Amino acid sequence: MKDEIVKKHKEPFVRIAKRTDISPRRAWIVRIVAILLALFVGGVIISSLGHNPFSVYGELLKGSLASPTARRETIKTFVPLLGAAIAIAPAFKMKFWNIGAEGQILAGAIGASYFALFHSDIPHVPLLIIMFIAAAVCGAIVGVIPALFKARWETNETLFTLMLNYIILGIVKYLMNGPWKDPTSGFPKIAMFEASAKLPKVLGVHIGWIIVLVFAVLMFFYMTRSKQGYEIAVVGESEKTAKYAGMNVSKIIIRTMIISGAIAGIVGFFSVAGANYTLNENTAGGVGFTAITVAWLAKLNPFVMIGISFGLSILTKGSNTIQTAFKIPKSVAEIITGMILLFILGCEFFINYRLVFRSRKGE
Amino acid sequence: MGNIIMNLIVAAVLAGTPLLFGTLGEILTEKSGNLNLGVEGMMFMGSIAGLAGAMKYEAVAANPSGSVAVLVAIICAFGCGVLGALIYSIITVTLRANQNVTGLALTIFGTGFANFFGEVLGNNAGGYAAVGDVVKAGFSNVNIPVLSSIPVIGRLVFSYNSLVYVGIITAIIIAVLLNKTRIGLNLRAVGENPSTADAAGINVTKYKYLATCIGGGICGIGGMYVSMVTCSGIWVHNCVSGKGWIAVALVIFAIWRPKRALLGGLIFGLLSIMRLYIPLKIPMQIYDIFPYIATIIVLIAISLRRKRENQPPASLGLAYFREER
Amino acid sequence: MEPVNAIELRNITKRFGNIVANNKVNLDIRRGEILSLLGENGSGKTTLMNMISGIYFPDEGQIFVNGEEVTIASPKDAFDLGIGMIHQHFKLVDVLTAAENIILGLEGEGRLNKKSVSKKVREISSKYGFNIDPEKKIYDMSVSEKQTVEIVKVLYRGADILILDEPTAVLTPQETDKLFEVLKNMKNDGKAVVIITHKLNEVMAISDRVSVLRKGEYIATVETKDTDPQQLTDMMVGRAVSLDIDRPDVKDPEDRIIVKNLTCINNEGVKTLDDVSFIARGGEILGIAGISGSGQRELLESIAGMERVKSGEVYYVPPKEDKKVSLIGKTPLEIRNLGVSLSFVPEDRLGMGLVGSMDLVDNMMLRSYRKGKGPMADRKAPKKLAETIVERLEVVTPGVFTPVKNLSGGNVQKVLVGREISSSPTVLMAAYAVRGLDINSSYTIYRLLNEQKQQGVAVIYAGEDLDVLLQLCDRILILCGGKVSGIVDARQTTKEEVGLLMTHLKAGAAE
Repeated sequence: MKDEIVKKHKEPFVRIAKRTDISPRRAWIVRIVAILLALFVGGVIISSLGHNPFSVYGELLKGSLASPTARRETIKTFVPLLGAAIAIAPAFKMKFWNIGAEGQILAGAIGASYFALFHSDIPHVPLLIIMFIAAAVCGAIVGVIPALFKARWETNETLFTLMLNYIILGIVKYLMNGPWKDPTSGFPKIAMFEASAKLPKVLGVHIGWIIVLVFAVLMFFYMTRSKQGYEIAVVGESEKTAKYAGMNVSKIIIRTMIISGAIAGIVGFFSVAGANYTLNENTAGGVGFTAITVAWLAKLNPFVMIGISFGLSILTKGSNTIQTAFKIPKSVAEIITGMILLFILGCEFFINYRLVFRSRKGE
Repeated sequence: MGNIIMNLIVAAVLAGTPLLFGTLGEILTEKSGNLNLGVEGMMFMGSIAGLAGAMKYEAVAANPSGSVAVLVAIICAFGCGVLGALIYSIITVTLRANQNVTGLALTIFGTGFANFFGEVLGNNAGGYAAVGDVVKAGFSNVNIPVLSSIPVIGRLVFSYNSLVYVGIITAIIIAVLLNKTRIGLNLRAVGENPSTADAAGINVTKYKYLATCIGGGICGIGGMYVSMVTCSGIWVHNCVSGKGWIAVALVIFAIWRPKRALLGGLIFGLLSIMRLYIPLKIPMQIYDIFPYIATIIVLIAISLRRKRENQPPASLGLAYFREER
Repeated sequence: MEPVNAIELRNITKRFGNIVANNKVNLDIRRGEILSLLGENGSGKTTLMNMISGIYFPDEGQIFVNGEEVTIASPKDAFDLGIGMIHQHFKLVDVLTAAENIILGLEGEGRLNKKSVSKKVREISSKYGFNIDPEKKIYDMSVSEKQTVEIVKVLYRGADILILDEPTAVLTPQETDKLFEVLKNMKNDGKAVVIITHKLNEVMAISDRVSVLRKGEYIATVETKDTDPQQLTDMMVGRAVSLDIDRPDVKDPEDRIIVKNLTCINNEGVKTLDDVSFIARGGEILGIAGISGSGQRELLESIAGMERVKSGEVYYVPPKEDKKVSLIGKTPLEIRNLGVSLSFVPEDRLGMGLVGSMDLVDNMMLRSYRKGKGPMADRKAPKKLAETIVERLEVVTPGVFTPVKNLSGGNVQKVLVGREISSSPTVLMAAYAVRGLDINSSYTIYRLLNEQKQQGVAVIYAGEDLDVLLQLCDRILILCGGKVSGIVDARQTTKEEVGLLMTHLKAGAAE
């Protein structure tokens, strides 16, 4: 009886073995194949609607890169995405799952908007600096609240930061409908900013793009070269080790979330003062969530984030064009974004592991 | 006054049901050790699949019936939820990717998926996607002879749409499954300590896949409830709007117990409709954030109390590889 | 009568990456006897047995059960063949009861019938002489109770081939005796029993035959009655190794750490340390003995400033000075800022002492990264230190930029100890510093500890191997249930005395 059972078991057809020897070049080829696969599946969906996927993808590229206006719009999408990804990076390095960038962006936007709306008489540059600081402070406050609870009682930060997103969004809606409502408009919306509260442009796009690129460089060095960056890495790997090394883990968690929240808040400032010139419920528009996947896929390397955010921005901007050109709903960008993310997440497996197939000679 | 309270409870039950489905689905998922943050995405997928299924049935059937439409919608929504959860399972269980990030990507994908096909469906229908009256009636409140006409009780217990009862039954089934059966015992072991479960001869991968996929299907039904009941069978852009995330939070509120999910669904349903029934001098937008504040309070309360029985499955969020050393 | 071979292994090879864990190993396991699988840590004993129990899959070779070639691809396959393994780290689910753990994964009627399970568990228990409460939750159990659950679990499944991986490591001598009784009952019942161990006395006491592995290679199998510990040691280590550990005489000891009435309470409200008092002196090695979990970890961590102390005092006396610095209530950083050079080699090397995913250089920085002005961290000095340690302690590594988790256990420990002694400490605490290390690495560690002692450092060494404690230390403090049950002179005492102190509190034994 036992023998019968046993004979059914053959050596497993495929086993998994860890690999450490893959070259960076091959790793990138795997990732590119994953992206192409995602685009292929997207193409299947598009063609199921009766369109030629090549012309749709072509239009998508054209719509995001072909004209100076298009390029500017793409960059405008790129700035908050990269900024938020940079904001998230140190928190994630610490394994503090901050999925509240969305709320922190909005908080920053609220802070900046307050001065833009009620103190627009301050001269241009000082006003912008005040707005910048206000945004950073508001973002930091929203970022630090869950950190305080995490540090003191180990309250689950994933859900805490998540809930804060919806609370801040509620506050924005309240401001739009109530105290900050534009009195000259019949709709529940906030007035456009005065010229003094608008960010200056460099090469046609608000100056925020230069600042986020600077942030990317600074964040890279902060995380890899500074003492604080070292602390973050140790806390992320093992709190026990951090305590052993004499680190004040609570302080590090709180400090890092202040930084993370502040950068996200500044992203909110760029969005209101550089892109929309007003505050509304779409100011963050899901960027905080997408940025998490950007940061993760970039393995928290700010320079890689630049490339990934740019790619996703092309997709988002281009989808607006294909909506008008082909009547394909622009949500297709979300589908493709989601698929690219899922495919790349999945493909990492083939970079880290090797499949060992059953050798034939045994049969 | 009594009438107001009754109206309030009935409305709370109706508003809480999609949350209940999402919560139950995620409890089942998390019991296997998978933290699937894609509930929102799977609910979105279920919402459009349910609606599309009902519309298709309406278009094909010679003589559409409301209750068949409900069945079709449940099957389609469940199937689509399973699809979403299957993607998640492949990536996290088989391909070993980070669960948090995969869940988020699934939410992005599912949101886009639903809004895209919702719009396509609307374009094809020439305006907006909606079901007809017959089908819609299938999702409206039931009227059980005799029972529904009992004073008070009839209204409070026997007056809801059929999906409410499906939700309650699902909760009871999952509770029994987890606590009284071998499968439930094995599943809990997988979520608590997969290497132990593995050593005991339990197929960890199979359990993770099944629990996550069925959980995803149940989330899908919750999404379908949103499009078919809450939005009366009309596609509303972004209709799920955060309910999936509340469900993730509710799992914690329910401390991973299906029966407590019933209570949680009711309370959170209540919080979300209270503004319509109890007019406090609070702006509506502030009212809307109450459920989220309540979740945070629960989160903090759980972290303060730290009872052994109330902790999440011990391996939650961690991938399991047997041959790692 | 020739016993029937329950299991035969032929030319089993298993690799992990570039490391060959088992190389063409042959082994016979017979019914009605107890086989010891002997070898040093890292000799591949556990890996080999894991292949029989379906945890790992061999790269090459054949497994025969009852004479038939079989494929064991999963633990379930192993169960079906009647093979049950009791792992060193118990495979139990904490929040479930004993009975629930026992029936885990079994097929049967869908509804759980807890009563009939409990009944059968009690039957098995009385047959072999166990004592077990089927309704008790695992998290309420002692280590030996958990082990009992594990054994009942495999018996419940009808296993007739039992493999126990270092079963006595966590037991008191009394519990060990009881376990051996049970194992003998099983043997007499016709079961095949394998115990994995590296303790020679146990091998001699319990087994009928001994198979020896060394560095993944099968060496030989001998009848226990025909061999002796010296021969087994030779087979295990490959060459005659003097078991003597060097112990220099103590010169000018001076009080360095004074602990008075120290009491600690853990999160569950249990006293982990209870009124502990002792003095550690510079220039000597103070050993800490005790059954695992008797408060050793808490004691060292409370001195290091990592454990919250309920009451009591810890003082540090700087060398050649006549003052006392209180360390109570201070964090590791504050202790360091007081100028106290206290080094600590914790038990959990990769989980506390080092960061596994970081390279050697970054791990060197762990204690010293604050040095230097400005916000940026200096990596030049740590790199130099890493290179020095690699060279001086002969650490085998591809380079200083290799993540430490890729190194073998002995090399990881050399990196950790090397870093800790590099800061010229006045106090050096080491917990289980040679656990899992091969003999050569162990001796390197003993040598380093002795060097520190001779330089006047107060060395506190918590260990589990009594022979080592007796040969390396000058004095031994014995903990039992968080209390000091005795402080003995290591040159005078006997193993039996220490063993007794580990399990029984002798009134008035403390100083």
